[in-house]
Amino acid sequence: MPRLSASDRCSVRFLLNGRSVAAEAEPRMLLTDFLRHSLGLTGTHVGCEHGVCGACTVQIDGKPARACLTLAVQVDGANVRTVEDLAPEPGRLSVLQEAFRRHHALQCGFCTAGILMSLDAYLKTNPEPSEPALREYLSGHLCRCTGYVPIIAAALDAAKRLREATAHA
Amino acid sequence: MKPPLFDYVRADTLGEAHAVLAAEGPDARVIAGGQTLIPMLSMRLARPKVLIDIMRLPELATIEETEDAIHVGAAVRQAELLARPELANRQPLLAAALPWVGHAQTRSRGTVCGSVAHADPSAEIPLVLVALAGSIALSTRRRRRTVAAEQFFLGLLSTDRRDEELIAGVSFPCTRPDHGYAFREFGRRHGDFAIAACAAVVTAGSVRLAVGGVADRPVAREWGALSGSALDDAINELAYDLDARDDLHATARFRRDLVRQLGRDVIMEARRCLA
Amino acid sequence: MSVQAQAWTGRSIERVEDAALLTGRGRYIDDLGVATGTLHAAILRSPHAHAKIKAVRTEAAAALPGVTAVITGADVVGLTTSLPVGVRAPIKCWPIAVDSARYVGEPVAVVVARDRYRAEDALDLIEVDYQLLPAVVDPHDALDAGAQRLYESLSSNVASDRRFRYGDPQAAFAEAAHRIGIDVHYPRNSCTPLETYGIIASYDPGEDAYDILSGFQGPFSIHSVIARALKVPGNRLRLRTPPDSGGSFGIKQGVFPYLVLMGVAARVAGRPVKWIEDRLEHLTGSVSATNRVTRLEAAVDRDGRVRALAWDQIEDVGAHIRAPEPATLYRMHGNLTGAYDIRHMSVRNRVVVTNKTPTGLNRGFGGPQVYYALERLMQRIALELKLDPIDVIRRNLVPANAFPYRTASGALLDSGNYQQALEAALRDGDLAGLQARRDAARREGRLYGIGFAAVVEPSVSNMGYITTALTPEERAKAGPKNGAQATATISLDPLGTVSAHIASVPQGQGHRTVLAQVIADELGLKPSDIVVVAEMDTARDGWSIASGNYSSRFAAAVCGAAQLAAARLKSKLARIAAAQLNVGAEEIEFADGKVRARRNPDNAAPFGRLAATSHWAPATQPSDVDQAIRETAFWTPPELTAPTEADEINSSLCHGFIFDMCGLEIDRVTGAVRIDKYVTMHDCGRVLHPGMVAGQITGGFAHALGAALYEEYAYAPDGSFLAGTFADYLVPTSMEVPAPLILHIETPSPFTPLGAKGVGEGNCMSTPVCLANAVADALGIADIGLPLTPAKLAAATQNAEPPPPARTAAAMPAGKRRALHGAGEARVAAPPKAVWNALLDTRILASIIPGCHDVEQVSATHFRADVTLGVGPVKGRYRAEVKLEDLVSPRSATLIGSAVGALGSAVGKGSVRLAGDAAGTTIISYDYDAEIGGKAAAVGGRLLDGAARIVIRQFFEALARRVAGISKPAWRLWLERLLAQLGRRP
Repeated sequence: MPRLSASDRCSVRFLLNGRSVAAEAEPRMLLTDFLRHSLGLTGTHVGCEHGVCGACTVQIDGKPARACLTLAVQVDGANVRTVEDLAPEPGRLSVLQEAFRRHHALQCGFCTAGILMSLDAYLKTNPEPSEPALREYLSGHLCRCTGYVPIIAAALDAAKRLREATAHA
Repeated sequence: MKPPLFDYVRADTLGEAHAVLAAEGPDARVIAGGQTLIPMLSMRLARPKVLIDIMRLPELATIEETEDAIHVGAAVRQAELLARPELANRQPLLAAALPWVGHAQTRSRGTVCGSVAHADPSAEIPLVLVALAGSIALSTRRRRRTVAAEQFFLGLLSTDRRDEELIAGVSFPCTRPDHGYAFREFGRRHGDFAIAACAAVVTAGSVRLAVGGVADRPVAREWGALSGSALDDAINELAYDLDARDDLHATARFRRDLVRQLGRDVIMEARRCLA
Repeated sequence: MSVQAQAWTGRSIERVEDAALLTGRGRYIDDLGVATGTLHAAILRSPHAHAKIKAVRTEAAAALPGVTAVITGADVVGLTTSLPVGVRAPIKCWPIAVDSARYVGEPVAVVVARDRYRAEDALDLIEVDYQLLPAVVDPHDALDAGAQRLYESLSSNVASDRRFRYGDPQAAFAEAAHRIGIDVHYPRNSCTPLETYGIIASYDPGEDAYDILSGFQGPFSIHSVIARALKVPGNRLRLRTPPDSGGSFGIKQGVFPYLVLMGVAARVAGRPVKWIEDRLEHLTGSVSATNRVTRLEAAVDRDGRVRALAWDQIEDVGAHIRAPEPATLYRMHGNLTGAYDIRHMSVRNRVVVTNKTPTGLNRGFGGPQVYYALERLMQRIALELKLDPIDVIRRNLVPANAFPYRTASGALLDSGNYQQALEAALRDGDLAGLQARRDAARREGRLYGIGFAAVVEPSVSNMGYITTALTPEERAKAGPKNGAQATATISLDPLGTVSAHIASVPQGQGHRTVLAQVIADELGLKPSDIVVVAEMDTARDGWSIASGNYSSRFAAAVCGAAQLAAARLKSKLARIAAAQLNVGAEEIEFADGKVRARRNPDNAAPFGRLAATSHWAPATQPSDVDQAIRETAFWTPPELTAPTEADEINSSLCHGFIFDMCGLEIDRVTGAVRIDKYVTMHDCGRVLHPGMVAGQITGGFAHALGAALYEEYAYAPDGSFLAGTFADYLVPTSMEVPAPLILHIETPSPFTPLGAKGVGEGNCMSTPVCLANAVADALGIADIGLPLTPAKLAAATQNAEPPPPARTAAAMPAGKRRALHGAGEARVAAPPKAVWNALLDTRILASIIPGCHDVEQVSATHFRADVTLGVGPVKGRYRAEVKLEDLVSPRSATLIGSAVGALGSAVGKGSVRLAGDAAGTTIISYDYDAEIGGKAAAVGGRLLDGAARIVIRQFFEALARRVAGISKPAWRLWLERLLAQLGRRP
């Protein structure tokens, strides 16, 4: 592709929560700012902008990824999914979201979107996670409110319910 | 914490990437997964004039296995290599060390070669590469050269890569039947930069110990079939030679202690694998 | 209140907050739409701990397209007055550096631009001339009369020095069998909410009024502070909060100086200004807990009974004493005797200023510092007197029949049964099992320890406690301050549904849910029938100076106020219902969504219908009912009075009790701590929502675990900040936090409407010292300081280190901490004299200094240069100065240098020695010591040593290449130029 000049805005086209979108961004624009302020999806949060806290985690091509460690131009052509796409329909929650509510696995909720996006991807490929495996996987996220205990409980509970739902289907 | 201005080239061909590198030299920076580079941009620690995105180059996105090595292209993500079937059999050291690289949420984007290019002294992939005596393939438009890992890492964030060169891939020697391998790391939390990490490769007649997180680059040393106090002395000498320093997280003395203990542990574990 | 068989209060119902937060529909400050034309601010911050600001050049930044304004200290001084200082001292406190920068991260300039990216571009263009001053970092050093002063108007760095005496401590110490003491250096840390500070400010010049939206948390005393600072009457400052907050833990109260700064920015720019703090700014420049140096001594009987305490506390509040500081030091004043019945006490409290970031509210607020000393001391008493630590605790606890119990320093402990809680914890937490595990581990040579901590958790602070920092005379002059006003409003709309407004500013605790439970119980409704609005607008909502979210006051004070408001409304509704149902008002009950006659439940009206009466048909109301539409209740407990003449202060209304116990193991080699079991027993009075109480305890435990084992806002001796990223400020993850066993007993508070006490902060007070006591027990050592890092613990157990092999022994560094040091050698194929001359030649220097753009020779031995330095991709431009001293031509010299740039600053000193050999070769050997500060130190401390080595090596290698002339012509060229300078020809 032609070289994009630093101050030029270029069109970034990609699949966002199942819909094709296009918007303009300078090469330096972070995906976090692009999603939140250009596309209006503020569910993805910004906690550290250096890839440690995990609040901005989204799914890129099905894999959990830090939106703050991604340039908007890098997702051109990709499939991006954010927390806004987790609930099956307005007014209903997904199994994972319900488990979080049931176990009080969130307080301020600022880290929650990132954790949900990580877990949603993880439980798809690891339907029977052990607690140690979940703890290791979630060590890529910081939560300052809950002490993690209810988050682990919610994840284990959600995994169990998802397995049951699959078994009944 | 927003990146400074830079141009951006998404290379559609290898030649395009080479051409920009040749033209811009030190002012160009290759971006692959971006997991290290982007925070450095956001903190404005790095100010390249142009970023060259190489992730759309199919020739760099391959993992090839030959009889004696796993060749990993520059666009291969860490998670992809880790998920490779049979990795633990083909190269157990790699399989043991990769889960220590960042977190699952960064391994999904971060590339194997990006970690090599960055040359953080605590990084696991450079350590494994040095421990296994692997190599790095560098290319320009005109030529390609291969550098042994031990010659490649020159110091803190510094490598033998010349400004016009692209890291095309790295090669990890495969496991061999008469070799034993082991890896251990100690950090303050899971996923932190290693305070010390040790990787051992042993045979019946030799011991090779590589240490990361202590010197300004991963350092390997090889001995004959030492054991007992002779082995302790050899590791102790290495521990001092690494010239450990104090920092916020650990003292030099603590790092030397870790090298002595983890070093011995990995050698013993590798020998058990051998048996 | 009417407690029904099926009361909602006390049940762990699902939170009303969660559906929005789980689906990405939260409304945090950075999610809210802003007025068209809103600009974005970025802040330039001091890279130096202490410096005079000689000049700030903003022209280039202001000229950058997209930049609207650049604000400096002078603008702020022109438009505002100083923020209040927490003690009587002749100093000013500005939200931006004025003339001097006193901590790394202090704002120096604000850029307002069309977006944040552009604003940060402009920051890069601002040039500041700093004249460096010595930094005062250690609070002990700050006491030194000869230390560098932070404020010329203060005679020393001690801003406050107060002594207190309760009972007769002198006599008690004289009579006691033992005097046992402990010294504690409590470090700095912060609960670092995941959402940083954020502000959207606007100014209306027509009305001279500010409207500022921010996640501030109260106490709302900051409203008056900001109105005064911005020089407007209180009614011309409108403070609003966003609906959701990404956590605070006290820290967000520290946003207030930025409210002033952004108010000024909006005024100067003539447009609304938005500022979202980034994480580097937060870690470096936002408030933290205080670090404190404490000497605590106890007068102890032979059986371990403590007769008296003597406290000597030196509080380090950082570079400013921003009100409410020194509140951290006085927050625990009433409960300095902890859970113990100790009648005699002396206290000396000193407050010092240092070149560190100003401190503020942080979960636990002064409790961790106090209880670390007190509970470490209780363990020391047991050890020194060879007693069981549990027996020492038992022997000293406040007796169960003594409540309410007035402590020596004036707190009124409201309720409790510490003995019952302790025994239940030992039993249900299985101390015997822990002891068996310790015995087994020790038999195997493992390092296993058990720790305890007994703590009184104060909540609902008394506004007046802060004034204990003043002398009784100063207090008399200032007028009394006391109380803890809480408020809630409940209103009924024409459809008869219930809404509540509160001034509690929740930051994730689930206040809306609990209030719905409390109000539902009062009105016989379901929680889902009630809508609670928690966002705040000072121009519209009921509030008082004490409103807000602090000192764990929600359950006790805010819920109480809401219940009072609901009860008042209910009483009116009952009278209206009585008229409609033809029964006495005392016969009316509210249940199942109905209002009915108690003895004839069929005689009923739907709640909604009755509740709408005042809207639709006020004439049908009984004459003694004015309206049943809206009730606002204010509540403040009479127990919270101002400090007495004798400095007695009931600093809090409620006092919960915690007893913690844990078993942990320490790895002999790595020093890593593994928590085997953690038990935490709480008495927080009546529990309103068990799930949320568990959440507060587990969350507080995780914060405390971080403070104990991982986190520290560390500073270098030169005042450089070293923990500027989440890779260096280590917050515990899911791998580090085990699940504590939580136990409860309930002794309801007689002083609060619902019997509830606060529960949010206790573990931040009890857990750090409990873990430290266990570590001390495991290692068998007397002194242990936080954080309990692996390197520190390993050092406590290690034997003599195996000696280095002989040949490396000489090269061992001295082991000095933080200062970078190194040495090296380069070999040059040229004689020493040629090398020497090269070192003194600007043109040669220009060609060999890595990345040198320009060298200016100030004098024969003083050079100035613009250089680009860096390693790998990390590069920055610096202004460098080098002076040569101790010149011994051509053998040795001392180089003193400094470099200042956007990435930070370095000062260093090195020596260079030249030795020639017969072959005409020179061996250059050098060594150096350097200190690096600013951003480089804050975000890359781990890598600095290596970076310094590389840059210095590059210099000498370049020198060697240049002088030796890898190509002879270059060497000749240089020689020719040199000779030409000297007026000769070769």
